[in-house]
Amino acid sequence: MALAVGCRARPGKGRDNKTGSWRVFKPIFDHNLCSKCGTCQVICPEGCITEDAEGFFDPDYAYCKGCGMCAEECPKKAIEMKQEEK
Amino acid sequence: MLGITEGSMAVAEAVRLCRPQVVSAYPITPQTHIVEALAEMVANGKLDADYITVESEFSALSACIGASAAGSRAYSATTSQGLALMYEVCFNVAGMRLPIVMTIANRAMGAPLSIWNDQQDSISLRDAGWMQFYAEDNQEATDLHYIAYKVAENQKVLLPAMVCFDGFILSHTYEPVDMLSQEDADKYLPKFAPSERLDAADPVSFGMYATPEYYLEFRYETDKALKDAKSVIRAAGAEFGKMFGRDYSAMVEGYQLDDAETVIVAMGSLCGTVKDTIDEMRKEGKKVGLLKIRVFRPFPTEDVAAALKGAKRVAVLDKNISLGAKGATALEVKDALYGSTIPVYDYVLGLGGRDVRKKDIREVVALAEQGKGNQFIGLRKEVL
Amino acid sequence: MRELRIHGRGGQGSVTAAELIAVAAFEGGVFSQAFPAFGVERRGAPVQAFVRFDDRKIRLRSQVYEPDYIIVQDSTLIKDVNVFSGVKKGGIVIVNTEKAPDYKVPDGVKLITIDATSIALKVIGLPITNTSLMGAFAAATGEIKFDALKNALYHRFPKELAEKNIEAARQAFEHVKGATA
Repeated sequence: MALAVGCRARPGKGRDNKTGSWRVFKPIFDHNLCSKCGTCQVICPEGCITEDAEGFFDPDYAYCKGCGMCAEECPKKAIEMKQEEK
Repeated sequence: MLGITEGSMAVAEAVRLCRPQVVSAYPITPQTHIVEALAEMVANGKLDADYITVESEFSALSACIGASAAGSRAYSATTSQGLALMYEVCFNVAGMRLPIVMTIANRAMGAPLSIWNDQQDSISLRDAGWMQFYAEDNQEATDLHYIAYKVAENQKVLLPAMVCFDGFILSHTYEPVDMLSQEDADKYLPKFAPSERLDAADPVSFGMYATPEYYLEFRYETDKALKDAKSVIRAAGAEFGKMFGRDYSAMVEGYQLDDAETVIVAMGSLCGTVKDTIDEMRKEGKKVGLLKIRVFRPFPTEDVAAALKGAKRVAVLDKNISLGAKGATALEVKDALYGSTIPVYDYVLGLGGRDVRKKDIREVVALAEQGKGNQFIGLRKEVL
Repeated sequence: MRELRIHGRGGQGSVTAAELIAVAAFEGGVFSQAFPAFGVERRGAPVQAFVRFDDRKIRLRSQVYEPDYIIVQDSTLIKDVNVFSGVKKGGIVIVNTEKAPDYKVPDGVKLITIDATSIALKVIGLPITNTSLMGAFAAATGEIKFDALKNALYHRFPKELAEKNIEAARQAFEHVKGATA
């Protein structure tokens, strides 16, 4: 790949870098406890949590690094961090 | 048209004719007259540009980065401590490959505080990746601005340029200058048309971070672009000569060089005084010549070596010193002549506004003939 | 090449005089160069400014040490500064004073005294003596034509102010012409 003059880059480069494999703990979302407040989406540093048609939230495990901030902040304790089976 | 004006006014007028779209600068002696004049031109509608006032030189050049990355022709001017405050930004401009042109009204570096001329300020930025042009007189100072933009914006180059002219000695001197018309300036310097620019509708980032796998390669490419700029500089200088009769195709210029035994190497306004001294010494039968260096970065190593090959001895004048080593030009000339048997003697003079007279140049020639280099000229031993 | 050195005090317009003389000389068809001695510009402190005249492009950038002409804007400077230093034989010194000289100029140098302060006060209403001294310089040396001086002043100042300065310069010009005729 030729270098871009002036080290310039188009946006979206980060998407090539699938960070899901970094996880040690995986967040499991329990929709039965969820109040659809959206705090997990706001707090996620990776920006990988999206809302579905019914208003529930789920992470994209291709990118989720398992940091656990969603689980820590969830007011309903509806997210559980479970150790990855590797 | 030939007219008589102050150096700063001539430079400001030449900058206006280059049609910068954004000017951002912070006033500092002896650059002040230039930016005051440009601010007035913008306020009076004589220059269709945004003049961004800022609180420091750091911000001035940073504003130029934004403007240039967004696709504008950007201009700044500074000197001395102001340039030092831009140090970090200067490297960013070159690394992002932005063709900003900046005038340096050369002035000494503090401490001790001095508002007077030498070339320590821009010489200290020689490693930043900018082209550096040095003017002998105000005619050259104005002409070099058109050439600087033309070369900087060349797609093969895309690097910033400093046009350096000696503070006070040129900036505050009234002398005749032949100014281009707007029509001629436009013919020589077309609109800036970058292939890539900051645009919210089509986002791109400039100067991203490079990991150790890539950083070395970015530096290699920037260095290569600066070295390759030599041919672009020569071509742009030749085109200027063809259009307006003043040829700047050579990065170095000889004066009475052909049969010269002692060749003085100098940069900037010193060259005029050296030429007058050479004329006097030639009448006395002394074979003295001058090699004037107009472009210090990229350094024309091959041109210097070729021009000096017939000399018996070389005396390099520096209005700067790399403390603990030598003057910067002397180091470059020694590098250019590496492997030859021609002795190179180095002299530091004119620091902090010390007047350089014909007798000082004669002293340099006499010392070189005695094989004595590594000297400060005009040192007042009684105060040491 | 001929060289002029102007001695004045900060605020008396020495630098402006040098610039206007260079402009007028250039209009007269010679190459000229004007520059100040780059001092720290404080009101009242001794300052110098320089002008060179030549038939070819001027390259020399050093200050003027052996002038052909000297203008002393303020005669009190003669006590503090060696204003006559280096003046060439056959040179001309113009001193602004209303008194008879109690100093000596070097041998072979012509001294012209003029009360430029009185002319300036009478015509301009301010003790700004540089334009009167420019008139005296034009008459004494012939380096600049009076008309070129007039144009330079019109170019530099608003019309009314320019006219007052031109009148001051004219009176000084005629005074020197009369004295040397």
